[in-house]
Amino acid sequence: MEFLLQQIASGLTSGAIYACVALGLVMIYVSTDHINFAQGEMAMFATYIAWTLIQAGIPYWVAFGLTVLIAFTGGLLIQRFILKPLEHAPVLALVVCFIALLSIFNAIAGMIWSYTVKQFPSPFPSGDPTGHGLVSYHQIGVVAVTAIMLAVLTVFFRFTTLGLAMRAAAQNPASARLMGVRVSWMLALGWGLAAAIGSVAGMMVAPIVFLDPNMMTGILIYGFAGALVGGIGNPGGAVVGGFVVGVLENLVGTYLIGNELKLTFALVIVVGVLILKPAGLFGRVNVKRV
Amino acid sequence: MPNILEVKGLSAYYGPIRALFDIDFTIATGGVTALLGANGAGKTTTLRALCNMIRRTGTSVLAGQDISRKPTEDIVRMGVAHVPEGRGTFAGLTVEENLKLAFHTRRDHAAARRDLELVFDYFPRLKERTKQQAGTLSGGEQQMLAISRALMLAPRLMLLDEPSFGLAPLVVQEIFRILRRINEHEKVSMLIVEQNAALALELADHVYLLETGKVVTSGPSSMVQNDETLRKAYLGY
Repeated sequence: MEFLLQQIASGLTSGAIYACVALGLVMIYVSTDHINFAQGEMAMFATYIAWTLIQAGIPYWVAFGLTVLIAFTGGLLIQRFILKPLEHAPVLALVVCFIALLSIFNAIAGMIWSYTVKQFPSPFPSGDPTGHGLVSYHQIGVVAVTAIMLAVLTVFFRFTTLGLAMRAAAQNPASARLMGVRVSWMLALGWGLAAAIGSVAGMMVAPIVFLDPNMMTGILIYGFAGALVGGIGNPGGAVVGGFVVGVLENLVGTYLIGNELKLTFALVIVVGVLILKPAGLFGRVNVKRV
Repeated sequence: MPNILEVKGLSAYYGPIRALFDIDFTIATGGVTALLGANGAGKTTTLRALCNMIRRTGTSVLAGQDISRKPTEDIVRMGVAHVPEGRGTFAGLTVEENLKLAFHTRRDHAAARRDLELVFDYFPRLKERTKQQAGTLSGGEQQMLAISRALMLAPRLMLLDEPSFGLAPLVVQEIFRILRRINEHEKVSMLIVEQNAALALELADHVYLLETGKVVTSGPSSMVQNDETLRKAYLGY
């Protein structure tokens, strides 16, 4: 019984990280209708920036804030300078562009920081509050950070006019322009937010999996599975989906198929959801009047 | 300032295809001008060209300011509210959110809140449905919402693209009555595009007749209303 609880708890931790990655994917999907394959590598790159700042002697939370800010600006610039010129390009061109971004970030990170694995500090105290190894403070912290991020985003999109303008721009760009909304800036903002969310995910995952240029590759697939399970257009659903995938993956890995096949399980989820329930658990099916 | 909008030599293109040929027209401040003509005459294209939603050449001057090369968003922010063909509803947002979108561009939020009340005075039916998803509204209600969104921008000039399209006659009459009241009370000038020529002629004081991208004739509404040959030739009634 205790072993099962432990497995669920550790599933929730990885779930929180998948949820962060899924949130970033959803953010870009909601504001631009695209799936950003480079989301994971952008997060990894941001985490290296945080590592560099911390190595330079900057206190953790200051480095954390700076990294989120740098990631936000980076996301914004990527949209303005790389994706805006591709505004009218076919989807396939964009997919190629995302994959290019993925390998560019990966290669540059390897070039600057090398491929040797590095330790990354956790901001939370070590040890566990229960005393018998059920959950660690870091695990609780990761779940809390994810919950706070979801709350902030929900408030932003529900209750601010800027959030409203972003949703309007995503839903009906032509009509949003006619309401005076600067649509292309809203897209850039979506990219900035996604990159910022990704950087938080990276900094939360790095203390667990250690920092190296390939640390996000698998996590992106789990995050994608989480986003799909929850409904790719729904931030709240993405978070729930992330947790579901995290727990399921851990249980299935421990009790059924063994840890070596865990990643396969994520792919099975992706394919299964797309075949059986493409809208996900909380997603809305797009109905069009014709 | 006698004219809110002066347009000279307006041409417009869809890709390589030219859809408007050197159109000139003016809209009197406070007046209602109608743009009439058959399908494909270039009515909708004219409205789109004015807002720079398509490639165009020629000059358009809004109350002394050249808006020929401004992006759509800036033209809107300068006081031109376009009620588009198809109504442009944000289907996934609530009625209230559709209207409050205007708060994003308006600096004076107190005035915007007053305008929200004003909109609900004109369209009490929308007030009953503030929390409803806009996509679930009936066609008539969506048209009312589109006009309301435009009104929320506190415009000087409203461009209306076929407000009667696809609606029951009674609803159309109601909407046109309200448009007249908006024109009179809010001092909003209007440029209206319509298939329903008889209705538009009642609302408008000035008319331009379009055919295949060119202005055929123009004049006071009464002139067209009284000229049977003109009506039969271009308006089909």
